[in-house]
Amino acid sequence: MQESTPLPIAVGGNKNDDHPPAELKTQIAFRNFDFYYGMFHALKNINLDIYHSHVTAFIGPSGCGKSTLLRAINRMYDLYPDQRAEGELLLDGENVLDKGIDINHLRARVGMVFQKPTPFPMAIYDNIAFGVNLQERLSRTEMDDRVEWALRKAALWDEVKGILKQSGMSLSGGQQQRLCIARGIAVKPEVLLLDEPTSALDPISTMRIEELISELKQEFTIVIVTHNMQQAARISDYTAYMYLGEMIEYGVTDQIFIKPQKKATEDYITGRFG
Amino acid sequence: MMATARRKRSIGDWVFFNITRLFALLTLLMLGGIIASLVYGAWPSLKHFGFPFLWTPDWNPPMEKFGALIPIYGTLITSLIALAIAVPVSFGIALFLTELSPTWLRRPLGVAIELLAGIPSIVYGMWGLLVFVPLFSKAQPFIAATLGKLPLLGALFSGPPLGIGLLTAGIILAIMIIPFIASVMRDVFEVTPPMLKESAYGLGATTWEVVWNVVLPYTKVGVIGGIMLGLGRALGETMAVTFVIGNTNSINSASMFEPGNSITSVLANEFSEASQGIYTASLIELGLILFLITLAVLVFSKLLLLHLSRQEGRAT
Repeated sequence: MQESTPLPIAVGGNKNDDHPPAELKTQIAFRNFDFYYGMFHALKNINLDIYHSHVTAFIGPSGCGKSTLLRAINRMYDLYPDQRAEGELLLDGENVLDKGIDINHLRARVGMVFQKPTPFPMAIYDNIAFGVNLQERLSRTEMDDRVEWALRKAALWDEVKGILKQSGMSLSGGQQQRLCIARGIAVKPEVLLLDEPTSALDPISTMRIEELISELKQEFTIVIVTHNMQQAARISDYTAYMYLGEMIEYGVTDQIFIKPQKKATEDYITGRFG
Repeated sequence: MMATARRKRSIGDWVFFNITRLFALLTLLMLGGIIASLVYGAWPSLKHFGFPFLWTPDWNPPMEKFGALIPIYGTLITSLIALAIAVPVSFGIALFLTELSPTWLRRPLGVAIELLAGIPSIVYGMWGLLVFVPLFSKAQPFIAATLGKLPLLGALFSGPPLGIGLLTAGIILAIMIIPFIASVMRDVFEVTPPMLKESAYGLGATTWEVVWNVVLPYTKVGVIGGIMLGLGRALGETMAVTFVIGNTNSINSASMFEPGNSITSVLANEFSEASQGIYTASLIELGLILFLITLAVLVFSKLLLLHLSRQEGRAT
C-alpha cells in the first residue's frame, strides 16, 4: 500500500549511490543528547551519526528542534546563559561539550551560514579575510589567494573580482549569502552548518546555492536545516525527521522520502501534516 | 449628512495641519531670534574688538580690555579631556552591559547609569569641590612624579597640586557625560542583529574581536551620535565646571593642573556684576562664540556621518 502512494516529492539523482556504506566515516555523533532552554526540554535523547563528506538534512515542522540541534554542533548556544546541553556530542571522536574545549578553535572547525545573509559591515575582501586572520597569519599574497579560492568555491568570484573593495552589504541577497558561504569555507572548516540558507532567497539564487552545496560536499561535511522538503530531497544524502524535540526517523534520503519506516514521517513528507 | 461630516473632518485636518506647522515654525523663529539678539547684544564688542577678540588673552574689566582666548581654551580643553576619558570608559560599560554581564546584573547596572545622568549638575559641582578636589590634590604630586616625567606629555602634568584646575574640570565633566555616552552606546549595541554577531562568533572570534570588528563598525553612526551628544553637553556645562575650574583669567603654562576659566563659568561668575556697555557686550559675545562652537560640532558630526554613510555604499 505504502509503495503505491504517489509522493509529491521529486527525488533527485544526486545521491550517495557511489558511496558504498563501508566507506562511511562518522564525523559528528550525538549520543544520548539532551538540550534545555531554561526549564524547557527542547531535545530529547538524540542519537545520530553524521557522515564525513555527505550532506545531512534536518527536516521537521517549526519548533521541532532542528535548528537547536544544528546550533549545538558549534556550541552557538553558549552565547546565551540559560541554554545548556547534556549527553555527548562527538566531533571526530572528541566530545565538544567538554568544559575544557577551546571554543574559538571549535567554531573555526565548524563553519556556519544563517537564514539571512549576514555580511559584516566591511569590504568584500575583508569579509573573507576577517575569519582567516583570526586563525592564521598569512602574507598578503597568501591572503589574496585564499580570498580568491574561497570566492571561487562559493561561485562568486566572477561577479565580485572587480569590486573586492566594495562593502559586502552592497551585494544582492543571493550574492551576500554566497559571500557568507565563502567566508565560512575560507577558514577551511571540516563541517559546514547551514541553517535554512535559502529561506530568504529567490528561486534562482536558491538553485545556485543548492548547486554549490553539491559541489562543496566533496570537501566538507555539510549539515543543513531546511523547511523545504524538495530541497532536502534534492541535495541531501541523509535525512533526519524531527518532531517535538525527538528524532523520529533518520536514514538515507531516498529511503526516507520513498519508503519511510514510520507513519509520522510519511504523513509529514506527503504533506498530510506540518 | 455625509457631506457635512466630511467637511467637518477636512476642517479638522486643516486646523491640525496648521497648528502643527505653527509649532514647527516656532522653533525656527526662536533659533533666529536668539541668534539675532546675541549678535545685537554683542554688537558693541564685535565692533570694538573685531576678530582679534578670539585670540586676545586679556580679560581686564577695569581697563575695559577683553579677549576670549582663555575661556575658549578652557572650554575646549576641558571638553577634550572629558571626551578622552569618557569615550573609552563608556565603550567599556556598553560592552560589558551588552556582551559580558550576567543577565541579572544588566538591569540594575543600566538603571544606575540612567540615574547618574539624572543627577543635577550643581550636585556634581559640589561633590567635585568638596570631595574630589581634596582627594585629587593629594594624587597630583604622584601624577606629576610619574606621567609628568614623560617626554613631551610631561608638560601637561606639572605645576602646583592645587586640586582645582582644567584637569579636574575635565574629569568631573567626564563623569557627567559618561552616562549619556554609555547609554547611547549600549542602546545601539543592543540593536545589532544577533545573527550578525553569531556569524562572527561562528568563525571563532572572541567577544572583543566581535565587538571591535563587527558591532562597532555596524553601529558607528549611533556611537558617533552618542559621543557628539556628550561633547555638546560638556561644552555647555556651567555649574559643575564653575565650581572646580579655578576661575582664573590667565594661563601660564601648558599644564592641565593650571586653574583656568571656561566660557560658561565666566558668564556665570561675571554676568550679574558686569557694568553696562562694552563689558556686557563682551560677555554676550562669549555666549555667541559658545553657540558657534556648538554649531560647529553639530555640523562637523553631520558631515562625518554623511561621509561614513557614503563610504558604506562604495567601499570601506
